[in-house]
Parts: sequence; C-alpha cells; structure tokens
Amino acid sequence: MQARYRFALAVLVLGALVTGPFLLTSTLVWMKMDGSQRALLKALIVPHLPLGALLTAMGFGLGLVVVRTLFRQYVQGLLQMAEHLRLMLGANRNFRITTETGPPEVRQVARAINDLAQQRDALMADVEAQIARAKASVEEEKNRLAALMSELAQAVVVCNLDGRILLYNNRARLEFHALAQGPTFVASGALIGLGRSIFSIIDKSRIAHAEEAIRQRLARGLTANVANFITTTASGQFLRVQMVPVLAPGDQTGEARIMSGYVLTVENITRSMEQERVRNHALVDLTEGNRGALGNVRAAVETLHDYPDMEPAERERFVRVIAEEVGRMSRQLESTVQRFADAIRIRWPLEEVSTEDLVKAAQRRIEARFNLPSKIEVMEDNLWVRADSFSLTFAMTFLAGRLVEHYQIRELRFRVLSEGRLAYLDLLWSGQVMSSETFYTWEQENLQVGEEVAPMSLREVLDRHGGEVWYQRERAAHRAYFRFVLPVVQAAQERAPLPLDAGQGRPEYYDFDLFKFQDTGVDLDRNLMEMSYTVFDTETTGLEPANGDEIIQIGAVRIVNGRLLRQESFDQLVDPQRPLRPEGIPIHGITEEMIRGQPVIGAVLPAFQAFCADTVLVAHNAAFDLRFLQIKEASTGIHFHQPVLDTLLLSAVIHPNQESHRLDVIAERLGVQIVGRHNALGDAIATGEIFLKMLPLLAEKGIHTLRQALDASQKTYFARVKY
Amino acid sequence: MSHKILIVDDEPNIVLSLEFLLKREGFQVAVASDGEAALEQVEAFHPDLILLDVMMPKKSGYEVCELLRADPARSATRIVMLTAKGRDTEVAKGLGLGADAYVTKPFSNKELVSQIKQLLEGV
Repeated sequence: MQARYRFALAVLVLGALVTGPFLLTSTLVWMKMDGSQRALLKALIVPHLPLGALLTAMGFGLGLVVVRTLFRQYVQGLLQMAEHLRLMLGANRNFRITTETGPPEVRQVARAINDLAQQRDALMADVEAQIARAKASVEEEKNRLAALMSELAQAVVVCNLDGRILLYNNRARLEFHALAQGPTFVASGALIGLGRSIFSIIDKSRIAHAEEAIRQRLARGLTANVANFITTTASGQFLRVQMVPVLAPGDQTGEARIMSGYVLTVENITRSMEQERVRNHALVDLTEGNRGALGNVRAAVETLHDYPDMEPAERERFVRVIAEEVGRMSRQLESTVQRFADAIRIRWPLEEVSTEDLVKAAQRRIEARFNLPSKIEVMEDNLWVRADSFSLTFAMTFLAGRLVEHYQIRELRFRVLSEGRLAYLDLLWSGQVMSSETFYTWEQENLQVGEEVAPMSLREVLDRHGGEVWYQRERAAHRAYFRFVLPVVQAAQERAPLPLDAGQGRPEYYDFDLFKFQDTGVDLDRNLMEMSYTVFDTETTGLEPANGDEIIQIGAVRIVNGRLLRQESFDQLVDPQRPLRPEGIPIHGITEEMIRGQPVIGAVLPAFQAFCADTVLVAHNAAFDLRFLQIKEASTGIHFHQPVLDTLLLSAVIHPNQESHRLDVIAERLGVQIVGRHNALGDAIATGEIFLKMLPLLAEKGIHTLRQALDASQKTYFARVKY
Repeated sequence: MSHKILIVDDEPNIVLSLEFLLKREGFQVAVASDGEAALEQVEAFHPDLILLDVMMPKKSGYEVCELLRADPARSATRIVMLTAKGRDTEVAKGLGLGADAYVTKPFSNKELVSQIKQLLEGV
C-alpha cells in the first residue's frame, strides 16, 4: 500500500476514534429511553450541541496534526533515507545521510548506517589498495624481466603458439636487423616486432618440429624440455636456435603440462662457421697438402741412404728430387700461412671490451688495493680491443703495486689513445726515474698482487693479446709511463646502435598480453582496441600527385594491443627522381642533398608493404597519402588492400561541430604534443597518439568495430573531399 | 722367377725412388703414369702386384682398383694403394674396393718393401 493511502486510512481511523465513542454511547442511551425521556434529553442536549461539535472538531484537528507529524518523520523520513542508501550503494559511494534532522530514533539509525558505510569504504579502499599493489608488483616483475632480457648478450624472442612475438630484446633486434635483406634492407623496419610472426625469420617447419619434440618430452614427463636446431635464413645466414617452452600456469599436480608459448634464443653462427671452415681448410692444406711431397722426399732420402753404391748420375737425380720437393713444401707452407693467417693464430679466449671499461676496472682495483689516488687523463671514446680483461687488469694492478712498493708513487694517471689500428693504454706517474732493466725483470716475473699470484708473466699476458708493453719517459713533464699496446678491433655492427627515440622512456619490446592474442588478420567486426595498426605519413615534393609530385619520405609506426610501438618504426627518405620544389623545402626540411643516393620509390614500397602486413592503415587525411601510393600501383605492382582509417574523418565523427580538423588543431584539442611536425615519422607518431585518444571517444559514440568506424567515416561530409 | 710389380703414379719424383728401390730388391718393374695406362700395362705386363696412387689424371686409383677387382682373371693380382690421402674414411674406401693394403705417404721404404714381400709370399 502506498504511503499516501496509508495516511488517508490513518486519518479515517482518527475521525472514527474522535467521534465514535460519543456517538455509540448516545445511540445506546437513546435506544433504552422511552418517549418522554427522549424529549427531555433533546431539550437538554440540543442547545449544547455546537459546543460539543466544536470540541470534537478541535480534538480531530489536533489528532490530525500529530498523525501528520509522525507520518512525515517516520514514514517519509525513512523513505528518503532508503533513497539515499541506494545512492550510497550505487552512484556515489561518498554520500552520507544527514543525521541532523528527524526524531532521535531515526537519527540513531542514520548514524548507525553512516558508520556501516564508513566501515564498508575502509574495507573497499583496502581491497583496492591491495589489488593496486599486486598489479604494481606484477608490472614491476614484468619490467624487471624485460630489463633483464634487454641486457642479455643473446638474442631472445618469446612467442605464443601462433608464432606471434610477445617479447624480444635489443640484441634480437640488432641480430635480425642485420639479417634483414631484400625489401626490408632499405628501411630500419626489420621485420621483428610485437605481434608479428617469427616465421618470417625462422622457417615455420623447423619451429613446428622443435615444438613437437618438446611436447613429446613434456608428455613423457621429462624435465629437460629444450630443443636445439640450426636453420638457414632467406639471406643464407646460419642461425643456431634453442627453444624452451613457456608452460601455461595451472595446477601443478596435473601430469601433462601445457605449453602456451616458447622462448627462442638465437645465435647467428654464420661467422663462426665460416671461420671454422677457413681453419679446417688451413689444416687440410698443411697436412694433406704436404703428404705427397714429404713422401717423395722420404722415399728419395731413404733410397740414397740405403744404397750408397749408387752411380753419381743417379745420385744426382735423387738429390734433385729432394731439392725440388723441399722447395715445393716451403712454398706451400708460405702460401698457407699467408692465406690463413687469421685462422691459425693462437687462439685464446679473448672478448671484445672497450678500453674505457678496461681502464675503469683497473682503476677501481688499484684504488681499492693500494689506496692510491688515480685519475683518467685522456680517454678516447669507443675504442675496442680484444682482451682477456681479467689478466690485463691484473697486469696493470701488478705494475701499479710495484710502483707503490719501489718508488712510493702518490698518484697514478691513465691515458687512452689510439693511433691507426693500435690502442695505447698508458699508466703515468711522476717521480723517481726507474731503469729499463728493472722493467725487464718485472716483465718476466709471474704476476703478483699481494697474496694473489697468477701463473703467467706480464710478457705472456701481452703475447696472448698480440700486444706489447714498454716503459718510457716523458722528460719534459718529469714523468714516466708504461704503455700497453693492443690491436684495435674494427667497430662491429652490433656496437653501432640503431637509432632509438631518445627520451621516450623504456623501449616497448614486450607485451605479455599477446599470449592470448590470436590471428592478427584484419577482421572488420573486431573491436578497434584489439587491432594492429600501421600509422603512417608521407612527405611529398608538392600537393599534386597527378602533376608529377612524388613521395620523398615515408614514416610509419605500429600500434599493437592499444600501444604505440615507437621502437618499431619505419623511417625512410626516398629519391623522387625529380627536383624538389624550393617552396616545399622550408616545410618538410628535406634538401636535395638528403635525398641524393636514397632508394627510389620502387624499392621502398615493397619494404613498406611488408611493414604494414596484416594491419589496418591509419593516416591523417589519408586520401592524400593514398593517392600517391595508388599512382605507383601500376609501376611497382604494390597494392595496399588493407582498410584505412583517417583521423581527419574520425575527428569529424567525434566533434561534428568543430570547425577545424587539422592535425595540429586536433592534437591540441586532445592534448597530444607533436615532436617534429612535417617530418613523416614525427607526424605519424602524433597521428598514432591522436588515434589512440580517439578510440574511447568513438566508443562513447557507439563505434566499437572497424566496420562501424569505416561506415561513420564515410558518412561525414569530409569524405567527399577528393584529391 | 722374380715377381713383377707395376708402379702407377703420376708423380715422377716418387716413381724414381720406387723404381730404383724395387729393381734393387730384385723385382721386375713397369711404370704407368695414369689410370688408363695402368690398365693397358696390366694387360701387357701381367704384374703380380700393383702400387696404385689414388689421385691421378684420367682414372683415379679407386676406379682402377674397382675395374681390376671386377675381372676374375685378375683376382690374384695384389693391389697396394699408395696415397697422400690419409683419412680413415679413405683408407676404408680403398680396402672396401678390394685393395690388399693401403699405404699413406710419407712411408718408410723398408716397411713398404717388407709389406710387398709379405703380400707376394703366397703367389
């Protein structure tokens, strides 16, 4: 029953209570009386009736006021409180019931409710905090793992069972970049990337075979679940690959553990295989190559020896054979030594180290050991040598120790220089002159620092390194130095880092959410958040592709799983094979000099196409860029079939009442900063960030899938603009 | 009657020593400098033993050995492979193709002669 009806009923009951007893008593008395008594009663009562009615009415009015007050305070007050409680349960957790109004009983209930809400909030905040902490620790662990991976000297790639890359480290990026040939050779976008397929690099059947082998072992409950194989790449390089399974988390008791992905450790062994081949060749040359000649000599010598009665003329022939064969062997030896000089040099486990690391390690050791202050005077950057850093630093510490002991030096200085193909590591000090003879004896002694003795001398250490060491005086400066000379190693490709966007935070080399990620094929009905995109931009000589304007730069960046992957970018200048328009140069900042020697569009588009494979294209004012690409379809045979989203059109969908949808304006509207405007990659990155900010705004408009986004774009006015 | 030995080698410098040595040891000696000449000499000279080099022009020692072993009339002819290839696998191949002995260069004259004599004992 509604409160209103209950109120009406209460009023009726009140009326009955006020008038009822009087009327009932009067009726009963009236019925017991006879005629004369009734007339008498009438005469007595009737004149007083108005007073009675008035008093009754007053009593009724008073009762009404009391009922109404009670009703308001208890019934309506509680109803209001119930609404507030609903609010507290749902929309506004922080809402509190007022405890100032209402009768004391209601106030008490309100206070109790508020206390209960307080308790609930505290509990909820606690749970939330715990969840946040747990999330943070998982995130931290992930980051630590990624950091660890990125420091590894081996190339590591983690894939899910579809062969999609979930994680790769910097080393893998460099290795695979070096492998990239053909289309990707022209751009920095080697085909390693989050969400990309590993099968473009490593043969699918080899991986499937290794996977199967691991499954077999898992099924049999073996613990050594590792598979190794060697494979060749499209460019003819040899890779040694080790596969370790990633097991799905689950109950530990289950006997067959399920593989949810795998870790690949990849090593390019082409160079070591080539070295091995050369070394073998040298060995065969030296052994087999000399057997024949040696056989001839031996036979001749033994004949000469065994038959001293030989005729002189005959003897002469044997001697000539010996002379001839010995000469042949000498020449053979000489040529082998020359051809395989590198291969037959004594091998000692040396590693490439920077001279800076070497000197700093020695400096730390010397300072700690002898409490000797030291200083680096000159340090040449990026100077690398092949060294056994332990024995070299030991040798330097040994010399420093001798100087402290015999000449009481107070400070040691380091100097690193290079000259041609040699690196000089100098240990300098000033003070007493020492004799070269002393140094010669030190050179021959076993190295010793305190109690530590090494089973080799300074000389032996330097011999191993193919280096030298000597003592020299700098008379003018009144000081002297020991000079270590080591051959410099040519800067190998792995030390020439690929350009990274500086100051952009941690490289995005991993995305474990991709474990659940399957099939990146473009499906129009998939959620926009889940798709992979290539956001791109071009710079051109001018605005009229139909009149011979050409692309001079393509920049692109990938979005996978809702993240912009700055490290996986495509950034390529293109030779337009026509002069630049002078008026364009101040805009894009690309000069004739920069495009000279760059690949032509026919070489760049295949690489770009490979970069975009399986993704949706995104560009700002895409129609313009696409027009340039379409014009090239006939000559290059490269078609871009994938769906295209245009941030200009999407902006018009989201903010139909805004006047401008220029990139700068949208960026400002959505709070995106553009670094490097009118640089293809800079604009592509900005467009990508804008696009990511647009996705939730599109969702608010009910646009969730690619199909919906394409439809909405088409309907906007701007879709009619044609170039 | 002394045994007949055919030396097959394309290197005159070893032939010189072998020829001198074996003649002094009392054998009748003939020389061929390649595989084909060797087969002709076998027909003409009927050697009891052949010293056969592996690496030769026209026909290799392996081929000559195989051809000889395929001919039942020549089954008694002893074959000593004499080569500058010393790998186990090559020794196995020579013996597998029917050579009676496999001698790698450099070899000792004395040992070679004693091996030859041993092989010719039953003939």
